[in-house]
Amino acid sequence: MTWTWLIGAVLFLILAPIAGGLIAGIDRKITARMQGRVGPPLLQPFYDVGKLFEKERAVVTTAQNFYVLAYLIFIAVSGALFFAGGDLLLVIFAFTLAHVFLVLGAYAVHSPYSHIGAERELIQLMAYEPMIILAAVGLYMVTNSFYVADIAVTTVPAILYLPGVFLGFATILTIKLRKSPFDISTSHHAHQEIVKGITTEFSGSTLAQVEIAHWYENVFLLGFIFLFFAWNPVIGIIAVVVTYLAEIFVDNVTARVRWQAALKSGWLAAVLGIANLAILSYMMLGGV
Amino acid sequence: MQTLLFLILFPILVACLLLFVKRTALRYAVVALSALAIGGASIYLLIRYAFEGAVYFAAPSEAVGLAMVAIEMGLALFIIYMGAKFRNYLAIVLAVIQAALVVYLETTFSGNLHAVNNLFIDQFSIIMALIIGLIGSLIAVYAVRYMETYHHHHPEVRDRQRMFFFVIFAFLAAMFGLVFSNNLMWLFFFWEVTTISSFLLIGYSETEEATRNAFRALVMNLLGGVAFVVALVFLAATETTSGGVDLARVLASGETAVVLIPAVLIGFAGITKAALMPFSSWLLGAMVAPTPVSALLHSSTMVKAGVYILVRFSPVFAGTFAGFSVGLVGAVTFVVASAIAISQSDAKSVLAYSTIANLGLIAACAGVGTYMLVWAAILLIIFHAVAKALLFLGTGAIEHRTGSRNIEDMEGLIVRMPRMAVMMFIGIAGMFLAPFGMLISKWAAIEAFVQVPFGLVFIAILAYGSAVTVFFWAKWMGKLVAVTRNRERVEKGFFEEPWAPLYIITGLVIAAVALFPVISSALIEPYVLGIYGATARLGEANVAIMLLMMALLLILPVSFLLFKRTARHLPAYMGGRTATPDLHFAGSLGLTREAQTRNYYLNEYFGEAKLFRPGAAVCIVLILASWILAGVAL
Repeated sequence: MTWTWLIGAVLFLILAPIAGGLIAGIDRKITARMQGRVGPPLLQPFYDVGKLFEKERAVVTTAQNFYVLAYLIFIAVSGALFFAGGDLLLVIFAFTLAHVFLVLGAYAVHSPYSHIGAERELIQLMAYEPMIILAAVGLYMVTNSFYVADIAVTTVPAILYLPGVFLGFATILTIKLRKSPFDISTSHHAHQEIVKGITTEFSGSTLAQVEIAHWYENVFLLGFIFLFFAWNPVIGIIAVVVTYLAEIFVDNVTARVRWQAALKSGWLAAVLGIANLAILSYMMLGGV
Repeated sequence: MQTLLFLILFPILVACLLLFVKRTALRYAVVALSALAIGGASIYLLIRYAFEGAVYFAAPSEAVGLAMVAIEMGLALFIIYMGAKFRNYLAIVLAVIQAALVVYLETTFSGNLHAVNNLFIDQFSIIMALIIGLIGSLIAVYAVRYMETYHHHHPEVRDRQRMFFFVIFAFLAAMFGLVFSNNLMWLFFFWEVTTISSFLLIGYSETEEATRNAFRALVMNLLGGVAFVVALVFLAATETTSGGVDLARVLASGETAVVLIPAVLIGFAGITKAALMPFSSWLLGAMVAPTPVSALLHSSTMVKAGVYILVRFSPVFAGTFAGFSVGLVGAVTFVVASAIAISQSDAKSVLAYSTIANLGLIAACAGVGTYMLVWAAILLIIFHAVAKALLFLGTGAIEHRTGSRNIEDMEGLIVRMPRMAVMMFIGIAGMFLAPFGMLISKWAAIEAFVQVPFGLVFIAILAYGSAVTVFFWAKWMGKLVAVTRNRERVEKGFFEEPWAPLYIITGLVIAAVALFPVISSALIEPYVLGIYGATARLGEANVAIMLLMMALLLILPVSFLLFKRTARHLPAYMGGRTATPDLHFAGSLGLTREAQTRNYYLNEYFGEAKLFRPGAAVCIVLILASWILAGVAL
């Protein structure tokens, strides 16, 4: 039994918030440049989160702290499982569990705005879940393993077999990164939101936890993209950067759509994934 | 063998005894004691036979067989009588056809209707017996007090509780018989008894709606029964190659092509009993019955008989196009029923659609029938039985207490009935969240379908199906945990007794999650190994991770102690208006208005009216396809 998996998990738990915060900082900088602004300092996300911890503790109900803490912990655990090389499907289901906790937190406060945010978060969940499962299945079909540890060291260029799956995944990535046009439950942009959606009633350190969880999750998502290109780490890192830049671009040139459009997009992306996998399994059956 | 006979005969004795018990207190004592005896006997069965593999018993044949035929004829006469009384001629026609076929079978093939061993037990039967013996009898205990309150709330319904409890225990006896029978003639007899029992229970309240739905259930299940007898005739006629009515011989028969036709017909009977599309409407209609009946039908009896037989025959289905087609019926049912569940606000209908969906998933696994899928299917049966029993009984208790079973009215249950809300929460979590049971099976099913040719169809269906499943369960959970202000607690005052079964079943849900590796390695894996020579299991690392997640979930509530009570409590944000914590805000003209929150039901997209017909049409085509494919294979 090797202990390398533990190293991956621990590194993720320690480094992911730092990396995630930096990515958020770069994101804000690039976004600002795209909008013709100078933008905040690179470390602004850390300042923001630090300040949130200083804020007065105010809650609607004490229970909300519990749900948000559970959300953060399970996001961190799921991500750690991913970087430990665990079973991709289990990772996906653990992430679902984490998100359900966030949704329950928004329900628990019993407030009109966060209620709508919670419903929309669930619609998002419903929109991206099929595609993300299919992405895992696609990687299995190429590498013959559901374990991240095996997929990451494959010598097969998965992306060449799974272009449709990757495109579908990139579509739902927009939902997961909470970017326009699919940021229907809560948005980073003031122009999209009247009130802050699912996080309306979270403040102070609770809101900071939501933010940190988001950083953790973003790092996991970028790791997922990397798996498609894992056969060549250099190309993999380039692909991750390019994909993320494309997401920022899309975020800035689109406006939020209605939930119906978000759901349809997520499900159509999955159809694209299925079509890709169907062709792939046909090729495999035919021995091509 | 004594334990088997005890489990079949003892409930019948209790049933007869209950015909003469009128006082609730006495009935409670009798039911509770017999539940203890039945539960104890099923656990003894586990200890005694868990490590022995399949054990067969000769058991008396001639006299019992004759008695069964006599009772079957009596039941047919009863159906004809009821059909004439309520002018349901379809039921009469089906009962007559079925009786005629049984007579034909008995007279023409009397030489071929013998099984060497009439009874048997193996790990799968033990699992089924535990589900029936523990959950079924707990539901019976719960039902005693429930029915008392029920009649209190519904004075217009004629008090036929003696008949009610007679049928409940007869039902349990029939279920035991069904899972212990190796003689398919016996199995068919018990099969028919469950049909009649559910007919009687659904029609309990004698309203027009109840009678109509009872007949719908009867007709659909008789249709399956007819298919079952046809299968028996076919088996008897091909006795030398197919193995006749001896279940073990049929399953072991190398002549797949010959056995496939009866397997598909019996599978059709399973589809009707498991309420897969297009037959789902009988299970939905069964909601008119008192809640314990729903709990019984959905969790431990009836529909489980349907999937039991499908899983039994899955070695025959495995690798055939006909079996694939049967599996697709299940898969389509899974996704369509899950989607319709989104549009339902009545708690019992959500539960019903979710049952139909999960039975569909089990059928999908059974139809495709590789060893990994059979493993997943059995795990699904276990987890579904415990979680669904809890949810139905909980819904019944909530309805009695709050006067509504609408999910919207369950808002803030965590404040009003905290203990109940926690139990419902556990039940719902058991239905769809990692690391709880159902999810393990779904996960295993995905991993298994990847390895099947054309399994991609199933994976696509599972991916969408599990996404919509998350949606409808999570929004229900959300309603339960909403912390509403200024609502009084209404938990007290409810009869104390019904809580005991609820607590025990909640314990069973948690135990099933914590012990599933043991259940898997002690019962499911040996069974699958015995049939396929290979077995599935979850990797040890994954099991460890899931137990870790479970431990985390149990520890996390401790964090409540960390949160400072001194935190300032503010009312929810109401668009900047002056608001009170119970969602009242200062409206215009000095009026105080109330804001309310309602869940999304997306009726326009996921409504019954929109989805049921296409789903049913696809399933009918698939069922016909399975027959044709089985015929072609011959």
